[in-house]
Amino acid sequence: MSTAAPTTPARDARASRWRRGHSGEFTPLAVLAALIGAAVALPAVYLFIVVGGDWDVAVDAVWRERTLWLLVRSLGLAGAVAVGATTLAVPLAWLTVRSDLPGRRVWAVLVLLPFVVPSYIGAYLLVSALGPRGVIVREVLAPLGIDSIPSIYGFWGAAAVLTAFTYPLVLLPVRAALRRMDPSLEEAARGMGAGQLRVARTVVLPQLVPAIGAGALLAVLYAMSDFGAVSILRYDSFTRVIYQNYRLSFERAGAAALGVVLILVMVILIVIEGRMRRRAGYHRNAPGVAKPAAPVPLGAWRYPAFAFCAAVVGLTLVLPLGVLVYWASRTAGTTVDWGEFGQAALNSIVTAALAAGIALVAAVPIARLGARYPGRASRGIEAAHHAGYALPHLVVALALVFLGIRLVPWAYQSLGMAVFALVVIYVPLAIGALRASMLQVSPSLEDAARGMGRGSLGVLVTITAPLVRPGVFAAATLVYIGAIKELPAMLLLAPTGYDTLATMIWGETSRSVFEAAALPSLVLLAVSAPVLALLVGRER
Amino acid sequence: MRRWTGIVAASCAALAVVVGLAACGGDDGESGTTGGGDVSELTVYSGRSEDLVAPLFERFTDETGIELSVRYGDTAEMAATVVEEGDRSPADVFFGQDGGALGSLEAEGLLAPLPEDTLSPVPAAFRSPDGRWVGTSGRVRVLGYDTRVLDEADLPASVFDLTDERWSGRVGWAPTNASFIAFVTAMRAEVGDEVTETWLRDMQANGAVAFERNGVLRDAIANGEVEVGLLNHYYIAQARAELADPDSYPVGTHYFPGGDVGSLINVAGAGVITATDKQEAAEQLIAYLLSPESQEFFVEETKEYPVVEGIDGPAGLPPLSSIEQPDINLNELSDLRGTLALIEQAGIL
Repeated sequence: MSTAAPTTPARDARASRWRRGHSGEFTPLAVLAALIGAAVALPAVYLFIVVGGDWDVAVDAVWRERTLWLLVRSLGLAGAVAVGATTLAVPLAWLTVRSDLPGRRVWAVLVLLPFVVPSYIGAYLLVSALGPRGVIVREVLAPLGIDSIPSIYGFWGAAAVLTAFTYPLVLLPVRAALRRMDPSLEEAARGMGAGQLRVARTVVLPQLVPAIGAGALLAVLYAMSDFGAVSILRYDSFTRVIYQNYRLSFERAGAAALGVVLILVMVILIVIEGRMRRRAGYHRNAPGVAKPAAPVPLGAWRYPAFAFCAAVVGLTLVLPLGVLVYWASRTAGTTVDWGEFGQAALNSIVTAALAAGIALVAAVPIARLGARYPGRASRGIEAAHHAGYALPHLVVALALVFLGIRLVPWAYQSLGMAVFALVVIYVPLAIGALRASMLQVSPSLEDAARGMGRGSLGVLVTITAPLVRPGVFAAATLVYIGAIKELPAMLLLAPTGYDTLATMIWGETSRSVFEAAALPSLVLLAVSAPVLALLVGRER
Repeated sequence: MRRWTGIVAASCAALAVVVGLAACGGDDGESGTTGGGDVSELTVYSGRSEDLVAPLFERFTDETGIELSVRYGDTAEMAATVVEEGDRSPADVFFGQDGGALGSLEAEGLLAPLPEDTLSPVPAAFRSPDGRWVGTSGRVRVLGYDTRVLDEADLPASVFDLTDERWSGRVGWAPTNASFIAFVTAMRAEVGDEVTETWLRDMQANGAVAFERNGVLRDAIANGEVEVGLLNHYYIAQARAELADPDSYPVGTHYFPGGDVGSLINVAGAGVITATDKQEAAEQLIAYLLSPESQEFFVEETKEYPVVEGIDGPAGLPPLSSIEQPDINLNELSDLRGTLALIEQAGIL
């Protein structure tokens, strides 16, 4: 009698402890993960050094009504973004993976594409389109008699814009989870008479919780650390104080202390996310291989589903793209240095690819630790891995300037240092996707292989790796796209004269010549989008 | 043993990759000798954009043979970088958009004193009292206004008049901008903290619209989103210069008369980093930025004012000498933290 039932938490915990004691893999794995965690948590070290050097100023910067109020504002925004991103991502993932939505492979790519738009550009584009004197209001709504629309500035605008560009962070892991899910559970439930919705709620959704948690954590941390978008959308947030301290009053210790606060928030969020993960197992216990799920027929629901996808893609992709194309056309007459463009594009691609590769490797130990040996140790090490991602990127860059020039002066302002910064910032993007994929591989497969004499690394390479391939590609893609958008780290740490598309865009916007930024922005999207398309395309 | 070999091998491979990358572009050793003598390369950190100043740097290289390796970035972030680098900074010269960043570098002891003959052509108001940095071009705080809706005669004589009810909701500003901070610092020096805080609160209560950048503010005036705005003169001049018919540009420039603090002159400037070992060549670059041809370059290209006597200001704008200045000099503008605290207290930031 095959049991495809999920295991219970208690059984899982016992199994975990047994495995920990008997597989011999735990200690070297934990040590390796801890070492990597220490390396990518270097920005936190900088923060403590700076705060320690000027304790009074540091405490004063934090212990202020305004600071605490802004922390609340940022948390509120981050919460709204988490809810919004999940609300968009889960239905979209289900529609593009499990349903018979016409053109779902195309939709699958389109709904992921907003992630390639840097949030500072995206925010500016959406303001240009939907602001009080925006293109949409002037050209489309005014002729229809509509004079004004709800303001894009402030909390709701910031939440909407950040959601628009971060929901793919939830979408990718949920997609991967849906694809690896064993449909026999759902079939069993349906066989027992449960309706479609009930199956979705009680069988599918609980299995998606780790993926949602992982994605939502990333979206929340992004919303907490972002500065570009919230400043354009005029939402007073915690990062604003950090930036002010660095850029207006040149108060390092104050800024560093605020960075420490963000780290603490991140640790709390990791603990919460860990709780969300501590649920039933998700791997198939029965013998045999899970067959791919048959597409669920939508019937009449196909039209609302279509409209939903179209609305999301329209607002988050078509609209910003439209503004970019419009601006690019306005600069059509000006001379373009294609050589410079090509070099910047190449630099962007190379740097991002290197970062993706290294981040992927760096993420493997902690992903495996979190999947197979969940517990306080793994969660602590995981928190260390998230230090760079939780901080505003300017802080990470300055931290690496400080430490880099003192610890490895020969590597200061080298490509290696820039790539290291990218890994420090973006490794969490790889961890979630990898771990969620690993969770869906049955440990009994690995235990069997180990029982037959294969070493731990051998098991990892020959048994686990092929099964977690979707997670690997998702992880690498996420880091690639995150890294190719990166700005502060490249400005401060890349070799002098090493232009990327992001720094080119910044150069134009810093002179307030926003139309000139359109062309490099389009090129940036052009070198990122195919990677996403590739990711989706290679599935099935 | 077996379980460790694989992991160790993989770690070594990864380490090798990283070290290899570090070799690409890291400190390739010193180019150019130490001290004076035959220096062939200088490292510059520039907060001024590449599009703007690259031609100037090229000219310097042509004339002196000294190559410039220029790092472009945001002025404040570049200054913060130099502070983090400390006395190991690879930079020789810092070229910034505003005096605040230079002042903070000076306060951290990161700028070297400049020779007297480099400093002398520049009035004392445009350089630091210790002679550690010098202004290279001037930017005046002005009131930009929508020419389609307002005439010069409608405009206030003093920046303090903007808190009047008739300007309610019609004024834009960019309070997170460095030049605004400098302007408020000047106001504090001129009229004291209390009056300044009151003005800030009244402006806020009067519905002043905040923009994150001066350029965005200028565009908002041109768009009709606000009617007047406090910004730097050259944003408007530059926008006009882009058009075939400059006078068709809907934003006009109003200079507050009578030495009102609203017409403060800020400077972009440069200094030599103390960590440098190419002092002489670095000073040569600074002197070059103050040469007549460079000053004229700033006038032509960015529509800024020259800081050196005897050079004409930008065409179509009142000469610097005619703009009455508030009775403060830039040395008094160093208390940025105090200003920031005040602005926060007023609830603006």
